[in-house]
Amino acid sequence: MKLTYKHAIGAVVLLFGAAAPWLISGYELSLLGRFLALSILAMGIMLTWGEAGILSLGQGVFFGLGGYALAMHLKLEGLNLANGDMPDFMVWSGVSALPRLWYPFANGFFSLACVVIVPGAFAAMFSWLVFRRRVGGVYFALITQALALAFSTLVISQQAYTGGFNGLTDFSTLFGWDITSLGAARVIYWITLVLVVLAYMFLSWLLSSRFGVMLRATRDGENRVRFLGHDPVPYKVVAFSIAGTLAGIGGALFTLHSGVVSPALVGVVPSIEMVVWVAVGGRNILWGAIAGTLLVNFAKDQISSALPSLWLYGLGALFVLAVSFLPTGIAGLFQPDTAAERVVRRMLTRTKVRTAE
Amino acid sequence: MHESAFLLGQVFNGFSVASLFILAALGLALSFGLMRVINMAHGEMLMLGGYLAYLTLQVVPGPMGIIVAMPVAFLGAAIIGGVLEFAVIHRLSARPLDTLLATWGVSLILQQAARNMFGAIGVEVTAPSWLNHTVSIHSGFLSGLDLPDTRIFILIIAALVLAGIAALLNKTRLGLYVRAVNQDRATAAAMGVNARLIDLAVFSLGTGVAGLAGVILALLGPVTPTVGQSYIVPAFLVVILGGLGSLVGTTIASIIIGLFTALIEIFVDVSVAQVLLLLFVILFIQIRPQGVITVRTRALEG
Amino acid sequence: MQLKKTGFATLLMAATMLSGAAPALADGTVKVGVLQSLSGTMAISEVPLEDAELLAISQINASGGVLGKQIVSVEEDGASDPSTFAQKATKLIQEDKVVTVFGGWTSSSRKAMLPVFQRLHNLLWYPVQFEGNECSPNIMYSGAQPNQQALPALTWAEEKGYKSYFLIGSDYVYPRTANLILKKHIAHDGMTLSGEEYVPLGGTDFSSIIAEIQKSKPDVIINTLNGDSNVSFFKQLAAAGMTPDKLPVMSFSIAEPEAKAMGPSLLAGSYTSWNYFQSLPGPTNAAFVSAYKAKYGADAVVDDPMVHGYEDVYEWAAAVKKAGTFEPTAVRNAAVALGFEDSPLGSVKFAKNQSMVQTGYIGQLQPDGQFKIIWQSPGPIMPEPYDPLTFPGKTCNLH
Repeated sequence: MKLTYKHAIGAVVLLFGAAAPWLISGYELSLLGRFLALSILAMGIMLTWGEAGILSLGQGVFFGLGGYALAMHLKLEGLNLANGDMPDFMVWSGVSALPRLWYPFANGFFSLACVVIVPGAFAAMFSWLVFRRRVGGVYFALITQALALAFSTLVISQQAYTGGFNGLTDFSTLFGWDITSLGAARVIYWITLVLVVLAYMFLSWLLSSRFGVMLRATRDGENRVRFLGHDPVPYKVVAFSIAGTLAGIGGALFTLHSGVVSPALVGVVPSIEMVVWVAVGGRNILWGAIAGTLLVNFAKDQISSALPSLWLYGLGALFVLAVSFLPTGIAGLFQPDTAAERVVRRMLTRTKVRTAE
Repeated sequence: MHESAFLLGQVFNGFSVASLFILAALGLALSFGLMRVINMAHGEMLMLGGYLAYLTLQVVPGPMGIIVAMPVAFLGAAIIGGVLEFAVIHRLSARPLDTLLATWGVSLILQQAARNMFGAIGVEVTAPSWLNHTVSIHSGFLSGLDLPDTRIFILIIAALVLAGIAALLNKTRLGLYVRAVNQDRATAAAMGVNARLIDLAVFSLGTGVAGLAGVILALLGPVTPTVGQSYIVPAFLVVILGGLGSLVGTTIASIIIGLFTALIEIFVDVSVAQVLLLLFVILFIQIRPQGVITVRTRALEG
Repeated sequence: MQLKKTGFATLLMAATMLSGAAPALADGTVKVGVLQSLSGTMAISEVPLEDAELLAISQINASGGVLGKQIVSVEEDGASDPSTFAQKATKLIQEDKVVTVFGGWTSSSRKAMLPVFQRLHNLLWYPVQFEGNECSPNIMYSGAQPNQQALPALTWAEEKGYKSYFLIGSDYVYPRTANLILKKHIAHDGMTLSGEEYVPLGGTDFSSIIAEIQKSKPDVIINTLNGDSNVSFFKQLAAAGMTPDKLPVMSFSIAEPEAKAMGPSLLAGSYTSWNYFQSLPGPTNAAFVSAYKAKYGADAVVDDPMVHGYEDVYEWAAAVKKAGTFEPTAVRNAAVALGFEDSPLGSVKFAKNQSMVQTGYIGQLQPDGQFKIIWQSPGPIMPEPYDPLTFPGKTCNLH
């Protein structure tokens, strides 16, 4: 492999990332850790939206599935189930015994497996049902938004099983390890960083493979792919399922960092905000998704307290400006010869096709 | 109250909810059919209608205020919609997903503007006293059934709006142009139809209907900066179920969703009903992916 | 590190740092956190609450501050999101080194902040009525427990002779738990439950539920709907011919600001249960109301959570004075030992479970948007975080 300046930049960024616990304050580290967890989800959006042309407005659902799968275990660890102990919220929800659904989550490995499998499997099933009938594009975006609404409503209403509107919080240990200490915060941060790097490497490989070519072909002309004798549905389902898995992993890590998972993060509005991170960062470049997530979230943290009303105008303007004038995002500015041109060319050809119809 | 009266009452409620969905979704379906774009700020046009009703009632208090408010809200929302089409949607016309995201951004800005202008907590719009009655049935197998005048009024308005739009599309020259662009944009343009202007007109008409709907919704609900958000997802489901921009499709889809929710709520609570509705829509597109009414067009990628 | 300080000051600083709180000693000020949602769905309620808290801080500063120090408030936005509340609480304590925090509204925000305050040994003053079932030494609960708001409402309704009850609420934790407790008491007192329905938060369609109400013909509705849903509910109830004079409605989430915005004409005659009304008599309340109006506008109104937020600041200041330190454990110990005869809500104090002992009032909404107090509990009510009938055997004693 030929080493380029890009590798050098990557190595420097990674070095700073790994050394962050000594460079920034504990609070800033906790923010960075959270936002890195979110950036795993954002890379999934980049895969589906940027590369496959599938816009999901319901990634919060998969984020929530991963977060809840882990949180259910964290809630049970340390309880004596044989003794009839239950998480506190079940008591005031009028439940008399631990629901059956919860029992397997007493096992940490089962719970971790669910973090990875449940969001991916659910995403695969859901998207297959929709894509197999050739429903896509705007329709898919709207159906995923309805899914986000239905999921958050369901989580809130099934209080006895989910903790309802309050969500799940007040965790102490994972596999007997105290996750609330300062040392643990660092370890969780490094785990997050490693998973970000792994997700990045996996997606880079995936996108440069034949699979990636098929995705882009499907995005640019689904019917042409069909005419060439390929069925695009499996590619789209697999891509969406990978994005779901990444969202689930991001959700579980976010839960570890913030110490709470709640319906506030899984509904319609947070789900669509996730898309803006990628729109700002760059939908066709992996590192753009990460950069956009960090940038928008740090900006939100800084601006929303000082000038809350300005933040809402700013977020709205970000949506409009990013998609209208900067479709390749910030990352596109740094790679004028590749992605930006590609997108512009695509826009131009599409416009031509459209007027020719 | 008889069981039969209760059941019939629910059917009436289903139609009543359907009439709200028709009003909320009609404008969305019109512009989606013609331009293939979804306006995520459509809910804010409903909100705008509510606030315009509030302002009109300040100027024209009394029983006729709400009647005056409807054309005012229609015009106000149509003008804002026209500006939105010209400034944002037109520029993104070949990129429907980007249009969707950009209009979401517009909706955030409009919500915050309403918050800054009128306050976060909302304003008061009350139904005029001539709507504060019910049609009650006291004898027979339907005894105990109460039909609120407000809901009957809304059903009538929805029917009138539908009839008006249908007449506009089928009986006028503008309607002819709209149908022509809908069927084949390029040919229509070649025949001298200004497709650009038709887009603008239809989009404005759609947002205008939403503004009018906002006045109606204010009779049964709040007028707050975020009120549009509570109607917008069901309106999207109506569009998905209804098929591309067909008036009949939108109407049938609204009635299906209205009756489905009203009847299912006899058995389950409202939260679960919402989940079942989504499941129903996903199952429905397994059978009819193009919606209840399929419009044949020459465009391959519809 | 300020190594130039004298040995004693350094020792003191080290000691306070070890105990988790490090007041800014150098410049004669002390920092407190104010953490409410300034954006998102809850901003509507929490911004006026923050205004009330800031009013108290400025009043205390004007009269000389606490322990000779001026209070500096650090305001953060919880953005209506529990994980943001947890994040900002951490920031306030770790970065800004605040000695205490006033804030929170939803139970979800409090639940998310609770582990932060326990881990970092700080103290949260939580001013909103809630569903109880919590007992943390790091939180002062000044809002009503269920037995100070929901149960007085039931007592009043039973005294009025209502026999059958219809419960309607938004589908989240407070209504579900409050109704769980109410149902136990309705059954225990020999009354009947004619229905129980929930709509999702922000729900706007009540046609099916109103049909249920018409079918079951209750004597009174107990309403725990939240926010905008109330507007839809009352409008659709009125459209169906059930105005407050025909079917009484007792609401737990409608206070003066909501009544003002929804339009008193829609709600006039309906009932609500709180521990404070703007119309309460007494010079202290009159002074509070006029100070609030002077600062935030003549047409501003105040309500129960706002007065609790305001009172929390005063009680914190009094407890600090009594303890002679800002250290949280000393402050909370001092707080439960104090009594406050002269607050805007009348005579209040903190019980051993760190919840407030306070009187329950029932108000009826008047056409001018204010509530007329038509009933009050025989005396201040001891707070019960765990209702003995619903959660037998559970107690909370923190001191």
